[in-house]
Amino acid sequence: MSELSARFQELLGLLSASPVLAIALTLGAFFAGNRLFRLLRRPVWLPPMLISAMLVGGMIAVLAIDYSDYSDGAQWLTVLLGPATVALGVPLYQQMHHIRALWRPILFTLPVAAMMAAVYAVVIAGLMGASPEVLASLAPKSVTAPIAIGITEQLGGSVSLMMGGLLITGILATLFVDLVARWLSITDPRILGLALGLNGHALGTARAFEISPAAGAFASLGMGLTGIFTALILPLAFRLIGI
Amino acid sequence: MSMLYGFLVLTMYFIAGEALRVLLSLPVSGGVIGMILLTLSLMVRGSISESLSGASQALISVLVLLIMPGVVGVFFVADEFSGQWLAIAVALALGTLLSVLTTLWLMQRFSGHEVDGHE
Repeated sequence: MSELSARFQELLGLLSASPVLAIALTLGAFFAGNRLFRLLRRPVWLPPMLISAMLVGGMIAVLAIDYSDYSDGAQWLTVLLGPATVALGVPLYQQMHHIRALWRPILFTLPVAAMMAAVYAVVIAGLMGASPEVLASLAPKSVTAPIAIGITEQLGGSVSLMMGGLLITGILATLFVDLVARWLSITDPRILGLALGLNGHALGTARAFEISPAAGAFASLGMGLTGIFTALILPLAFRLIGI
Repeated sequence: MSMLYGFLVLTMYFIAGEALRVLLSLPVSGGVIGMILLTLSLMVRGSISESLSGASQALISVLVLLIMPGVVGVFFVADEFSGQWLAIAVALALGTLLSVLTTLWLMQRFSGHEVDGHE
């Protein structure tokens, strides 16, 4: 029996030395997360990404794999994030014509709103004594993940903390847009979509597509423009303030 | 096969973005620069090839898979940021509420009232 467990340890060591285990874990959790999400009837507060991440976290804890080993192996997948970020330019180009329909609110609102999404979080956390690394991790919280990862690396934040904040922001933004829109009696699906994409990145955009295709299109536009604007402004702002 | 060609195009734009970032020491990630370059060139061209839109759709549909390994890390940084979790939670909750309020309020001001919107 002890011989068998020794062999099992040997096998585990062998597998974790190569990236296949990390890739299999990530792919398996991706499919399982999507399936569980559908089984649970698509809860807003539990996106498939969070389910999948919890599954991987649980598995590597049970198998006693170091997170850094897992992360090294998974790099074989995450290296595709660069070209995938470039790919976001395609839907952005396809939604560009919507700008003409709502250019006034977009031109006057989007830059201010995208900036305030970062400023509120950074100022609140800063006043409560958070470290510069935490501030850099919270700043891109409304930006879609592939762009936000690039921003956080530029600002010197923690990608893991940023990703956690991003998920929570997406969930909260979806709930708050519903609430505040009812309070201000806003019903225009284009404005709701824009607000969802601007504040809640991909999670907000998914919610917008549930409202209507038009809301979804404007959410995609809001998400893309917020990502670009924040990616261009935030590193400059941090450099100027000297955080 | 043609989707692979679209993937090659995306990879070349990413490399161009990385090259610009390093050569001009821009504080923006290469992926974002590549995305902006791609959007601009598509706008100039006015159309998009099937291979490029196919490759983009394929990559975007697995974005969750590419991002997930980074999310897993959040379960392993609890000690690293101990004592700051309250600040993080308040910043996320209150910050998001305020930014949603700001966005919707601004958009309501600048969209609905075209007639009396003089300023």
